Amino acid sequence: MATKASRSSARLMISPAVILLLGWMIIPLSMTIYFSFLRYNLLQPGSTPFAGWENYYWFFTDPSFSAAMVNTLVLVTGVLTITTIGGICFALLLDRPMFGQGIIRIMVIAPFFVMPTVSGLVWKNMFMNPVNGIFGRIAGALGMQPVDFFGQIPMASIILIVSWMWLPFATLILLTALQSLDQEQLEAAEMDGASWPNRFWFIMLPHMARAITVVILIQTIFLLSIFAEILVTTNGGPGVATTNLTYLIYVSSLLQYDVGIGSAGGVVAIILANIVAFFLMRMIGKNLDA
Amino acid sequence: MGHISLSQVTKSFGDVNVIPPLDLEINEGEFVVFVGPSGCGKSTLLRLIAGLEDITSGHIAIDGQDATDVPPAKRGLAMVFQSYALYPHMSVRKNIAFPLRMAKLDKAEQDRKVEEAARVLNLTDYLDRRPGQLSGGQRQRVAIGRAIVREPSAFLFDEPLSNLDAALRVNMRLEISELHKQLATTMVYVTHDQVEAMTMADKIVVLRAGNIEQVGSPLELYRKPQNKFVAGFIGSPKMNFLTGKTAAAHGADTIGIRPEHLEVSRESGDWKGIVGVSEHLGSDTFFHVPVADSEAPLTVRVSGEVDLRRGEEIFVSPQLEHLHRFDAQGRAIG
Repeated sequence: MATKASRSSARLMISPAVILLLGWMIIPLSMTIYFSFLRYNLLQPGSTPFAGWENYYWFFTDPSFSAAMVNTLVLVTGVLTITTIGGICFALLLDRPMFGQGIIRIMVIAPFFVMPTVSGLVWKNMFMNPVNGIFGRIAGALGMQPVDFFGQIPMASIILIVSWMWLPFATLILLTALQSLDQEQLEAAEMDGASWPNRFWFIMLPHMARAITVVILIQTIFLLSIFAEILVTTNGGPGVATTNLTYLIYVSSLLQYDVGIGSAGGVVAIILANIVAFFLMRMIGKNLDA
Repeated sequence: MGHISLSQVTKSFGDVNVIPPLDLEINEGEFVVFVGPSGCGKSTLLRLIAGLEDITSGHIAIDGQDATDVPPAKRGLAMVFQSYALYPHMSVRKNIAFPLRMAKLDKAEQDRKVEEAARVLNLTDYLDRRPGQLSGGQRQRVAIGRAIVREPSAFLFDEPLSNLDAALRVNMRLEISELHKQLATTMVYVTHDQVEAMTMADKIVVLRAGNIEQVGSPLELYRKPQNKFVAGFIGSPKMNFLTGKTAAAHGADTIGIRPEHLEVSRESGDWKGIVGVSEHLGSDTFFHVPVADSEAPLTVRVSGEVDLRRGEEIFVSPQLEHLHRFDAQGRAIG
């Protein structure tokens, strides 16, 4: 695109797509912001007077709000830790030549293709159910008290389910990164007297740093909005033990019929997600430049 | 330090036998070059010595100690790879210091050795750069630096110059030779380039399909090749081969004569031919002359500028004292 004419025509030609995408984002966003300033309750149809900052006030002072913030944080960091460390381990294992490599790789990646609601229900009914679930049966067979997963350790259970779904994603990305490592570098390190842990720490891990960054960034964005797994398993409970920000917004707007407060929560979530994204980019974004 | 001995070493990858039983002695302080066409097993042989591949049978001894089952790091050898294999996320300083760090030397000692190696290799100004910011020749020197600091009993080079351009290759060739003189450490060097082999080696090992065809000093190989393969591989341009009646006249199945050992005359000579393509290099001129009983046109080297035109009829005569005679199996006669 050397000349002025070709540059302006290029702008003209990409403008429909840009305008469409911009509208796609701007219109729902501005509607959410607009609703968040209205007293808009579905039980009082017809009247939606301007409410000022009232919705925000009620959202922040909701007793569930601080719990939802903490839960969101615990959920995201828990899943990130498990999937990143687990993903590195799986990638290291799958990188070794072995019998039936192709099939094993497909099986490892399979959970990623299961829908969140389906995997949530499968875990809830077939694994974690204290009476019929496999874990309950195993505990019973060993003569132990079955664990009531969603009653006793609800958040850990949700983290387990979500980690199970996202582990393949991390494994896949980290495996491709590991496979792109020059074998001669590892051989050189071996000649230099580096033991396997040293080779992992000084050669493999730095090589995977960029892939790890990508995994953390992408997963954070998706994990902030986990919803289906919570809805089909715990419904945010017991109490508010597994209510995250997304679920709280759902509760406000669709269970309490208050679109105004729900919208206010949505705006808060958008702002928080952007703050997180900003810090993440600054913290680990420099890995992407190198 | 630096005596390596291989006895009855073999290597197979699955059913494919890459190295048949092979014996070789590499003496202390020698510069040994493994040379051969690609796929002849020379890199595999080097990796067997390094310990990066397990040998299928036989024994390797380093400095009199059996090293067959010793892991690479414990063999006291340092290797320079074809791709240099520098650690891209570490500075040059850290790259060179890596083996010392793995050996858990104290920091001051590490620094001293790195500075020393950098001084020898003219890398002092680049110590804080990353490998990605260096030129090919500099990367090569970093790779050598990483090998030097370990003070190994022998250096192993795996085609280290093949990624460099021609001019740089000549320089690095000299630098490596110079380094060998300075350190007086055993060096084992793998290349497919016979010029590198001829210029650098104390001892050349010519390999074909895993077999050692001949071992000797560069001039020994040049003057007395034991077979047709070595004769054709060593020397540039290649030796000319003639068969049929011409060879029979000299009592051989095939005769070989190097381009520099042919005389050209317009009037008389042994073999008649017509001048084909000529290559003028200034110092030398190479003529390609098709003659009877030779598959490829004879290459004839004449010193300086010679005025011979394409299509001219000329006579070519070999210098009989430099004629090589081979029997039907390709072995040298006499």
